[in-house]
Amino acid sequence: MELSGLGVPILVAVSFALSVTGLYIFIVALSHNLLWSQDEGANVIFPPGEENAPEEPAASGEEARGLRAVTQGRQAQEGELADRIAADRSSATAVFVFLVLGALWLVIGSIAGLIASLTIHMPDWLAAYAPLTFGRMRVVHLNVVVYGWVSMTEMGIALWLLPRMLRTELAASHYAIAGAAFWNSGLLLGVIAILFGWSDGLEYLEIPWQIASLFVIGGALTAIPLFLTLARRRVQHLYVSVWYLGAALVWFPILFLIAKTPVHFGAEQAAMNWWYGHNVLAYWMTPLALAAAYYLVPKVLGRPIYSYNLSLIAFWAQALFYGQAGVHHLIGGPVPTWLVSVGVVASVMMVLPVLAFSVNYFQTLRGHWGTLRFSPTMRFVAIGAVSYVLVSLQGSLEATRWFNTIVHFTHYTVAHAHLGLYGFVSFILFGAIYFAMPRIVDYEWPYPKLIAAHFWLSAVGFGIYFVALTIGGYLQGLAMMDAKRPFMESVALTVPYLEARSLGGALMVLGHLIFVFHFLVMALRLGPRRDAPPMLGLQIWGGRTL
Amino acid sequence: MNRTTDIIVGAILMLALVTMVLVVFPFAQLRPIKPPPGLKPYTEAQLRGRAVYVSEGCMYCHSQQPRDPAQAPDMQRGWGRPSTPADYYYDDPVLLGTMRTGPDLFNIGQRQPSKTWQLIHLYQPRAVVPGSIMPAFQYLFRVTGEKPTDVEPLALPEQYQVPGYVVPTREALDLVEYLVSLDHTYPILQGDAAARDTAR
Repeated sequence: MELSGLGVPILVAVSFALSVTGLYIFIVALSHNLLWSQDEGANVIFPPGEENAPEEPAASGEEARGLRAVTQGRQAQEGELADRIAADRSSATAVFVFLVLGALWLVIGSIAGLIASLTIHMPDWLAAYAPLTFGRMRVVHLNVVVYGWVSMTEMGIALWLLPRMLRTELAASHYAIAGAAFWNSGLLLGVIAILFGWSDGLEYLEIPWQIASLFVIGGALTAIPLFLTLARRRVQHLYVSVWYLGAALVWFPILFLIAKTPVHFGAEQAAMNWWYGHNVLAYWMTPLALAAAYYLVPKVLGRPIYSYNLSLIAFWAQALFYGQAGVHHLIGGPVPTWLVSVGVVASVMMVLPVLAFSVNYFQTLRGHWGTLRFSPTMRFVAIGAVSYVLVSLQGSLEATRWFNTIVHFTHYTVAHAHLGLYGFVSFILFGAIYFAMPRIVDYEWPYPKLIAAHFWLSAVGFGIYFVALTIGGYLQGLAMMDAKRPFMESVALTVPYLEARSLGGALMVLGHLIFVFHFLVMALRLGPRRDAPPMLGLQIWGGRTL
Repeated sequence: MNRTTDIIVGAILMLALVTMVLVVFPFAQLRPIKPPPGLKPYTEAQLRGRAVYVSEGCMYCHSQQPRDPAQAPDMQRGWGRPSTPADYYYDDPVLLGTMRTGPDLFNIGQRQPSKTWQLIHLYQPRAVVPGSIMPAFQYLFRVTGEKPTDVEPLALPEQYQVPGYVVPTREALDLVEYLVSLDHTYPILQGDAAARDTAR
């Protein structure tokens, strides 16, 4: 107990000082007019030939014309894009491997999620089958979505973005493919282990460490081409997305190694669990998704982001505050008060980087909302970015003691988690895949209507999911807080909302099946050849250039 | 800030700082804590049962961390006094849980010590708790034609009876051993109580 005497006020003071430092940086930046200078850095993703030229490979010919009209953009000129074409060509094979695997995991993960959702309000369904019980399907769902769909797709998009942003070719891409092999073997074995009841028992860390070590090898192998490519960059400035990518690839293996080291015990293990569980978002999935957003939005618009400096401030503030936010999950739990307070303070301070992001994002899009009509990528990324802002502000609210007390142990938190991983991360990844795939396989999306169907099924399905669980969870929390109401009342009242969640979830799964079908049709180069091939074959087929 | 090393070093420093506060400090503070005199180590059967609890994912719907009465009515619901770090001395992995789709189980052994009740509840929760949405864990039981000699078959309400005898497997029996062992009603030391979250 040596830290509990004088140590506590010191620790609280330290965390307060850190928060104030962040605020100070923010204010200094404001007062020095840093936030409104149009830095060179923002233009680094627009090499000669790409300035003011909207790029939207997912658009049909007609949409592309509409996009140029609303952005007053021009067509990129043939011959000017040699660097970008070389960059895309160098990464195509490796990125394709990652994206295919991500898409397949998406199907498995969402079906597992739907089964879990159904069994929770139909508890006698599938009761004879151990692997399909709620307590295993939920774990398969979470791990497949986090380490399969999101991690694979994000690493794929990272590999694809990096050569473009560094104006060089992807180096040693075969290491990344080997990395994918290790990583996916680990996940496959991990899923089998969980189905048969072998779990390490900590949320987000269920895959047994004997198997999970394959993630560390796979992640490290994937990082090799990224750092080799960085060393060969041909730009002076590292674009903000590179910061997010580089940091995330350093962070994840350290996080995972510390979490899986068998030194944790009792209540400390709970603190570690939430340090990890929240930081796999803060230091892995969120930065990689933001990296994609910071690239895609300016590219589709054909103009740089509103304030580049603001994006850099958001980066460091997020790294500091988001990283400490996780312990708010232990409010009212068996861990020291000072620790919980650090989590609460950091969670509330997250408002700063999120405000910085939203000012930046909405100012960039101001006057350009018309692009949503013409750009499938932008539709997905816009919802993703709005969800990021909402989920972060909601997270700050949920970390306050009074609100946490009501909603902590309820389905409200599940809805919140899905606003993060689905509304924010997955929507940005959908947008990124629609953008990148035509460049990777040198083929257009065969059926634009399927993109629209996927979008609406996902958006409407998730809307139902989120609204139902949020309301149901809040009411559940109120019922649990009232000692006069029997506990079973808090269970019974959630059932209609859980059924609505299954309905929303089913629409989302349908959307994913359409998406993956379309993806595979495109990858196999089936379906109609419509307007023109989008990129590499410029000279071969003539046609449109974006 | 244009150099790769700046970003990497900055990123590592940030993570080191965060890990120091969230993992290393709690490690140092909680390491010296000793088990309370009233807390017994798990038996072999209880440990096996605890592993079944983990396999079936019970902790995704049941917490094991009663909150302070000043914060929430957990004690009034009979879930027990606020838990302290010392209560988890023998727990690996720790199973605090994040959901209360079902009730808190930190003192379920004190609240519902009947092994018969626990077995029926596992086989068919709705037989004893109307309106329950807990999965029926039928696969932890087997149905035999002959009456077994070593274990008592379940005496199910008529509505849920099946032809033959429903017999718990070793896993079900172990799990129940673990559940009825969950009793943290012993007195705690003042120092232990101070090591939990007390702000409200």
